[in-house]
Amino acid sequence: MALEALFFYAFAAAAVVASLLVIGQRNPMHSVMLLIASFAALAALYVLLDAPFVAVIQIIIYTGAILVLFLFVVMLLNAPQEDVPEDAGRRIRVHGPRRLGAVLAGVLALELVWAVWAAFGPRGAPAFAQGERVTEAVSSVRRIGQVLFTDYAFAFEVTSLLIIVAMIGAVILAKRRSDAGSG
Amino acid sequence: MITLNHYLIVSAILFATGAAGVFLRRNVITVLLSIEIMLNAANLALVAFGRYLGRVDGQIIVFFVVTVAAAEAAVGLALVIALFRHRESLDPDTFTTLRW
Repeated sequence: MALEALFFYAFAAAAVVASLLVIGQRNPMHSVMLLIASFAALAALYVLLDAPFVAVIQIIIYTGAILVLFLFVVMLLNAPQEDVPEDAGRRIRVHGPRRLGAVLAGVLALELVWAVWAAFGPRGAPAFAQGERVTEAVSSVRRIGQVLFTDYAFAFEVTSLLIIVAMIGAVILAKRRSDAGSG
Repeated sequence: MITLNHYLIVSAILFATGAAGVFLRRNVITVLLSIEIMLNAANLALVAFGRYLGRVDGQIIVFFVVTVAAAEAAVGLALVIALFRHRESLDPDTFTTLRW
């Protein structure tokens, strides 16, 4: 459908452009805001992929919790802007080893795109699965809950343990050391 | 007609963008943000493949990836705070004590 294609290109372009701007900003606050925009565009792409649960998870957890945490830390540390040489413009100027890094990243992008085309190119790009099985299996939160708590129950419990460990670790790492002991 | 290829190429571009951010940026917070970009690129690929196969496993794996990303962001930012207290700088090049 033409409308689906329009939405896909619009949101995909928004996500890619916002991500490119994220890595080009001097101010970390601007980077976080642009990343929020990129994640919102990705959530729209998830809706296009018949995954509304993942889209809402993306908005609530990724933008609403993780990036807000990033914002807190940026504001807490009063994050200084990156130092650029006096002769540079407003954008980050690459030089020396960082130019090599930029070239390597470009090579990585080309290699990944080539890998995707080489996998599916000659046979033609595969269309998404159609039919009853898809509609019932993919877009239902009930179905996700059934599979999550039966096939993936162990992973679910281990994830809760991971979260507790991460919470304890983050508190200990960020705790201000007292003057008397080693903390 | 939007096919699997389209989503995979978007995912590839996003992943390379995140990798470029990790290589190029001299601010640890932006490096962590670039890692989040890479994780989201992987999430997009997972959901696209799940939709392509008509199964729900892609979305469930994304559920776990988001959880792990949250835990990793929390611990990473705690490390950044601890480092900043020590050295008053967010430039990774200033933390060279372990370099040989």
